[in-house]
Amino acid sequence: MKKTVLGALTVASFGLPAMAQDSMDVTLGVLNDRSGVYADLSGEGSVVAARMAVADFGAADKSMNVEVISADHQNKPDIASNIARQWYDQDGVDAILDVPTSSTALAVADITAQANKILIDSGAGSTQLTGEQCQPTTIHWTYDTAALAKGTGGAVTERGDTKWFFLTADYAFGHSLEEETMKIVEESGGEVVGSLRHPFPATDFSSFLLQAQASGADVIGLANAGGDTVNAIKQAAEFGITQSGQSLAALLMFITDVHALGAETAQGLVLTEAFYWDHDDETREWSARFEEEFGSKPTMVHAGVYSGTMHYLAAVEATGSTDGDVVAEWMKANEFDDPLFGEGYVRKDGRVIHDMHLYEVKTPDESTGEWDLYKHVSTIPGEEAFLPMEGSGCAFANEG
Amino acid sequence: MFELLGIPPQVLMGQLLLGLINGSFYAVLSLGLAVIFGLLNIINFSHGAQYMLGAFVAWMLLEYLGINYWWALILVPVIVGATGVVLEKLALRRLYHLDHLYGLLLTFGVALIIQGLFRNYYGISGLPYSIPSQLSGGQNLGFMFLPNYRGWVVVASVVVCFGTWFVIEKTRLGAYLRAATENPTLVGAFGINVPLMIMLTYGFGVALAGFAGVLAAPIYSVNPNMGADLIIVVFAVVVIGGMGSIMGAIVTGFGLGVIEGLTKVFYPAGSAVVIFVIMAIVLMIKPEGLFGRNN
Repeated sequence: MKKTVLGALTVASFGLPAMAQDSMDVTLGVLNDRSGVYADLSGEGSVVAARMAVADFGAADKSMNVEVISADHQNKPDIASNIARQWYDQDGVDAILDVPTSSTALAVADITAQANKILIDSGAGSTQLTGEQCQPTTIHWTYDTAALAKGTGGAVTERGDTKWFFLTADYAFGHSLEEETMKIVEESGGEVVGSLRHPFPATDFSSFLLQAQASGADVIGLANAGGDTVNAIKQAAEFGITQSGQSLAALLMFITDVHALGAETAQGLVLTEAFYWDHDDETREWSARFEEEFGSKPTMVHAGVYSGTMHYLAAVEATGSTDGDVVAEWMKANEFDDPLFGEGYVRKDGRVIHDMHLYEVKTPDESTGEWDLYKHVSTIPGEEAFLPMEGSGCAFANEG
Repeated sequence: MFELLGIPPQVLMGQLLLGLINGSFYAVLSLGLAVIFGLLNIINFSHGAQYMLGAFVAWMLLEYLGINYWWALILVPVIVGATGVVLEKLALRRLYHLDHLYGLLLTFGVALIIQGLFRNYYGISGLPYSIPSQLSGGQNLGFMFLPNYRGWVVVASVVVCFGTWFVIEKTRLGAYLRAATENPTLVGAFGINVPLMIMLTYGFGVALAGFAGVLAAPIYSVNPNMGADLIIVVFAVVVIGGMGSIMGAIVTGFGLGVIEGLTKVFYPAGSAVVIFVIMAIVLMIKPEGLFGRNN
């Protein structure tokens, strides 16, 4: 079959010979950032993760003909929407995976619901996906800003660093992360002594850091992401902020960011992740296979794409359908026990409930390799980590 | 103790100094642009990519060859400058007789290609590069903690900026250069190899970008987009200073760094736009820029 896709699309066919007539065709579309700021934490790695899931699931032995295709949404909602429409209407895509950047994820969630397909989001952080803008066909797998705020904000405050100063990226994501963390800090008995909005993106943080230092806070919360967080941490080390007794808490940080900083600069930093490659034997085994194919260790977003795809394929196999409502219902009715995320389940509103983990970045002496970066501090049980469904604003989940 | 709009003087002093440090980067980068525009009439849009290249080459020298920061400071400008020479020889040279726009488009395309290649091989997250051990730590100035490395950045930038200004404005070589841009045929008639001189001048402008890249590597995230984020601001600096004015680029570079620093105290959210607001005002009042000659 010749498939004409936009020039921007990369088609990674999962070549299986045409099976007998009763074999089932399933097409998965990995839609994420392949060239911009989130390309390392999602990007091609998510495509590799999806393909690994298809192979590990043994789709070929189960008379399922699964194809994985991918495209670059460039973090723009309009581009993401166009690709999603084309995939559903013309290319026979049954489920879209990953979709980092909250604005694109929310746009794709609506289109997915209209088309009665499935969105398994791993890369985006907005709680809106399972809140006011929830859809019955959205499954939000890996993390959200509330879980990060709960993990990092709660743990740091309870450790005794009660006075917080926030450095916040001046756009919707930063504001919501700041707001959610402030709430957790105050609930945990902490106090917010100040906050400051910095332009997005920013290169030089020295001025903002000195203002944070002068505030007398115990901890500086970084409500930003990617390059902004990396720059802020690098410069905090340079200005001796951490040596002078203040600590830093990164509210959204991926292992790729920590890797970019190196243990020397990032040591002592506290952060929350859903998955770390060196967590146990199963994650190590999977991550080693991933690294062999992709060339670097997986992020939690990659892991989420893998696990989400496994659970999706199980649903398709069990129901014999790729109909969005049918598959979503099965995915929510059946718990999963996963090598990467442990035991978990999909809540009615689409929020996936699994444990989150608090990590501290190792010192250079403790770290034995370039990816040996975290030590485990504590586990936050899934039920506590994520926002409760009641009061989340998700209409269909809370009625009746 | 007096306070200015609720800001204690210690904080103000600290911010002025920080502004000067950021201004150092603006000054070195805009100087390179001004040299290239002033002497070649090329709007070098790949300047940001060449700055990024400087930081990456420094990282590569350390990672693959074990060459330290101090050697990088000398070698990187030479290497990055050499790539500029190649670019001039192969492509830019063919555009001198055409409109500015063609040079702009070519260099912009080159920037996209360089950034794309680095993104492909090294990813977007960035790479670690440490401050050299001789410059780690810092001084307590009473009103702020000044990291030694930042102090070094200011000193190095000032030396390089005024060295460049001196060579172009005050030496015989500089006089040849300025004459060659005014009337290349006549200068050629005196037996001076004008195309070679132009080629080396472009290489020198690019080397300045590479030098700024090495200075930036230990304190900013070394990633393929680091130049793209900065280049627009640097262009605004050059426009405010007056396109092609060497002294204009240096003075406005430092000056705007300070103004931006102050904005970060009084109204942090406005610090991203303040330079462009100033640019708009300057263009309305003095379209040729603060130091530009009206021709």
